[in-house]
Amino acid sequence: MLTKILVNSGCVALLVGCTTPLYDVAIETPLTPKLDISKFQRVLIAGFVSGGTNEVNANQETARLLRSQLRRNSELQVIDSDVLPLLDIATDQFESSERGSASLQDNPTPRGGSTDGTNDDDLTGLIDGMTEETLESYETIFANIGYWRDLGEEYQDPLILTGTIYFSPHSRSGMVTREREVYDSFGRRRTVPIRTYRDREGFVLSPKFIFIDGATGITVYTEQHREEILYDASQNTPALSSYFELMDRMLPSVLNAFSTQSVQGSRTLFR
Amino acid sequence: MLQPISWTLALLLLVGTGVVRADERSDARDQVDFGIEVARRGLWKEAIYRWYRAIDLDPTYAAAWNNLAIALEREGQLEEALEAYENALDLEPNHLGIEQNYDLFLEAYDRVNQNSR
Repeated sequence: MLTKILVNSGCVALLVGCTTPLYDVAIETPLTPKLDISKFQRVLIAGFVSGGTNEVNANQETARLLRSQLRRNSELQVIDSDVLPLLDIATDQFESSERGSASLQDNPTPRGGSTDGTNDDDLTGLIDGMTEETLESYETIFANIGYWRDLGEEYQDPLILTGTIYFSPHSRSGMVTREREVYDSFGRRRTVPIRTYRDREGFVLSPKFIFIDGATGITVYTEQHREEILYDASQNTPALSSYFELMDRMLPSVLNAFSTQSVQGSRTLFR
Repeated sequence: MLQPISWTLALLLLVGTGVVRADERSDARDQVDFGIEVARRGLWKEAIYRWYRAIDLDPTYAAAWNNLAIALEREGQLEEALEAYENALDLEPNHLGIEQNYDLFLEAYDRVNQNSR
């Protein structure tokens, strides 16, 4: 596309420019904001319900990363507060609602297992090996309008950013294309693509960012991503660096929700 | 005798229509020129009005459609801009300048749509 535009630019200058009066004008195409944040002055990164692996504390790391990015890239004031242990809170909420309603007995529990009241101490153990489906069952916490409204009231009705973060080891085996160096009879080096069967290991990161209006407790916008990264099985890449690498891919999109952006360019008017 | 008279009438009608169309094209061109002048001064809403007027006068005026598309794009009315660019290219499919504007527009349009997805 870019090459086509460049070639066309040359042709336009040569052909059209000589015959037709033309006027270049700068234009700025506004990108529709994903979210109207005009009513908010502050943003609270509350915390995340996280699951998948214990190697990275995805709740803490995500909250820390988003806070630092928003301090640099957003006009909203980022509220300093403790990151909420949302997995614990969601479990407590579920258990109390379960005690209060017998009709919930037939429903699956957020833990995807028994409802026999596992101790809070066991919750960290729950993160490890938690499936995406189980994590989804914790999303009922985001529908608890009263909880988020109370939290919003505590911090003067900010925009609340929360959600779920699934970060888990992931492996896949299959054919991959690699470049191999070969030398011909004259000793000249060249590379040829070869297909080989490989075991690859890495991580999958699947966050769901939920934006809640702190004044009403209502979800105003949701954004979901899924990214994976795979390395050769012989490589030993730390989970935390994989987490940041995957987060880097998603951050621009998440940060876009906080600012009005535009695409700048120029166009030519003709007579 | 009747036949030459009818031919003359037909010719007069054709010439007459041609004159009217030439006038309309001339008026449309004035509107386009005025639109360009005000657009270059930043008065894009006035420019949009002028280019719509030009199109009313001469719907086959590709440059008017192109200019209108640019102004609509600038105002964030992207669907309308897309339609105007397409009209311009339908009228002059080989106009490299319009084609280039259209390509650049499509890049921006894709980004906007990605953002709102």
